Amino acid sequence: MRRTIRGWGPPLLLISPSLILIGVFVYGLIAINAYTSMTDMHTAAQTTGRAPVAFVGLANYWDLLGSDSFQHSLKNLALYTVVFLAGTMVFGFLWAWMLDRPVKGEGVFRSIYLFPMAVSFIASGVVWRWLLNSNTGDKASGLNRLFQMVGLDFLQNGWWNNVNFGITAIAIPAIWQLAGYVMALFLAGFRGIPEELREAARIDGASEWQLYRLVVFPQLTPIALSAVIVIGHMSLKVFDLIMSISKPANYQTKVPAIDMFLFKSEYDYASSAAVGVILLVIVAILIIPYLVHVARSGRR
Amino acid sequence: MEAQTIMRVHRRYAGVLAGIAVAGLTLMGCSSGDSGGGDTATESTSGSATDTAGAATEVEVFTWWTSGGEKAGLDGLVSVLAEKYPNVEFINGAVAGGAGSAAKDLLQSRLQANDPPDTFQAHAGAELDDYIAAGQVEDISDLYTEFGLTDAFPADLLDLLTVDGAIYSVPANIHRANVVWANPSVIEAAGLDPTATYATMADWFTALDAVQASGKTALSIATTWTQVQLLETVLISDLGPDAYNGLWLGETDWTGADVTAALEDFQKLMSYTNTDRDGLDWPDALGMVTSGDAAFNVMGDWAAGELDAESLTAGTDYIYFPVPGTDGIFDFLADSFTLPVGAPHPDGAKAWLDVVGSLEGQTAFNKAKGSIPARTDADPMEFNEYQQSAIKDFGSDTIVPSLMHGAAAPIAQLNAISDATSKFTTGGSDLATFQSELAASAG
Repeated sequence: MRRTIRGWGPPLLLISPSLILIGVFVYGLIAINAYTSMTDMHTAAQTTGRAPVAFVGLANYWDLLGSDSFQHSLKNLALYTVVFLAGTMVFGFLWAWMLDRPVKGEGVFRSIYLFPMAVSFIASGVVWRWLLNSNTGDKASGLNRLFQMVGLDFLQNGWWNNVNFGITAIAIPAIWQLAGYVMALFLAGFRGIPEELREAARIDGASEWQLYRLVVFPQLTPIALSAVIVIGHMSLKVFDLIMSISKPANYQTKVPAIDMFLFKSEYDYASSAAVGVILLVIVAILIIPYLVHVARSGRR
Repeated sequence: MEAQTIMRVHRRYAGVLAGIAVAGLTLMGCSSGDSGGGDTATESTSGSATDTAGAATEVEVFTWWTSGGEKAGLDGLVSVLAEKYPNVEFINGAVAGGAGSAAKDLLQSRLQANDPPDTFQAHAGAELDDYIAAGQVEDISDLYTEFGLTDAFPADLLDLLTVDGAIYSVPANIHRANVVWANPSVIEAAGLDPTATYATMADWFTALDAVQASGKTALSIATTWTQVQLLETVLISDLGPDAYNGLWLGETDWTGADVTAALEDFQKLMSYTNTDRDGLDWPDALGMVTSGDAAFNVMGDWAAGELDAESLTAGTDYIYFPVPGTDGIFDFLADSFTLPVGAPHPDGAKAWLDVVGSLEGQTAFNKAKGSIPARTDADPMEFNEYQQSAIKDFGSDTIVPSLMHGAAAPIAQLNAISDATSKFTTGGSDLATFQSELAASAG
């Protein structure tokens, strides 16, 4: 008994501060948030305790999920995530694949692709708001003007001002910023594949395509999975980019995180908390299978 | 043996270390939790100690006036405060960003945490409802009697400020939201008479058509909130002041045919606007008029301050008139100051409210900010040309509350209307859906 305490005690004591802090400030607050989302705290008076707050179960969730505008936000989020994920993965992989060959000035290219990641979403958003100006024709500016100058007039469009697909234009700056990061991940993956494996494959008579399909790609799978998880959860939390390119009140670029902010500012804490829980569940759906997968492969 | 003792000592040491670490973190947690309120706590103790001695106190004034004419106006108030109450030290609690939205967010958290400033800026009218319902602001009707404000403000305004027989704020100024700003040379180039005024929306449409045919943007507009402001002026124009007021009092039916007609006019107006509107803010849209890219812009009269700052002259560089169909109606909004419940320096706050309501304070503030005094006894000659005309109109016009600027409806209803408007103007809903969503916003 004493032995077990001696064995477990000090380590437990050492990690207990972080355990307690995380317990209170992360899980405790998640619990409070979940409780708030199941009350009818929709007005200012209720938030200060001057009006009674009642438990309403899942009513707020049904209201939210049943409302057109929240469905629009969820649809926007899904669209954005798909485009952002696909864009970063494709560009990240392409750049890594090109840089993996012996290139002159590889370091320079690597830096150029990685640099956008160092810019904050708010700062790049301000510039992209100018680039993604939705005027076309005589009054065009930004990218639309550029299209005119190079004779690609037909490419002019309203960017994020389309009510159905506008959100995908917001993914363009996001891809620009994060594709370099995915490139760095893939590049590390490429470099981690021993040269001997490729040589062995070549000696066995594999074509370049077979070499990639059968030797390189399988070894890149864990990297790709990590990239999907990192980019995917960033995508679900998108907020700052939309705040600086569009405005929170603009319907065409609404996502759940923006709804959460707006509900909070109108003292509708219950709906705001419910949106928070919905976002948490969506992120969990993405991340928990990954954690399970990692834990399993760790045990192997 | 030796090694074992060392190990044991190490372990014990580790335990002690861990204990220290826990204590340290807890302390850090406490101190960081306190640091926000810490200085206010000491302020309030020192403040109350001196208050009782009847000596110097201070006042933390929370605003979103950080630049331009707004900052100059605030400075004007501060100089009057220094004259009238030399013992009251002014602490500037201004927060910049997002036309006040950043400040309102911070204010919301401070009030929720029972850490209010001594007084804060809020739009007079329904915007205060949330603070009143939450029990965060004091009834200051007594101060109105004490400072003699009851007769200084027009009766229309006092009616709009009174909630269940109580008044919770002192207005510092009056702005008008239903003003059209126009570029006379663009209008002339379109073959129109720049001195013409338009009695109805229909008359205005003819002019807008002519401008559009000349290749310019007929009506410039910016992001959602300016569209909501346009909507409110169209509602005033088409429904008239009584029915418009009825929208907020639950007496006018949102689903009625007259509202439908107004929304149709709004839809038509939006068809004359620039396509990049949602990415712009109001100075950009106003800039399209002054630079000659657009003919008309509907904006509140803070635009006059912006135009002044660009050294433009009324009459030659720009002209202004009430939104067609709203002549004789003053779509008002007012900045006002409150006395929060639990303000650390109530005496300082009262001194501030006295200054805000005083003739000297209102004159100094509004001369710089470009708005007009809420008091009826201000001398018009102290103000510029636009302000003089606004003072004259405010004295004679019917006063209606602005929706967009917090005078007419509480924030939840305003947000719902903003949502519906943005959805409609981006093509996410048709007119019938728009109208039903507006009706639903009234609850």
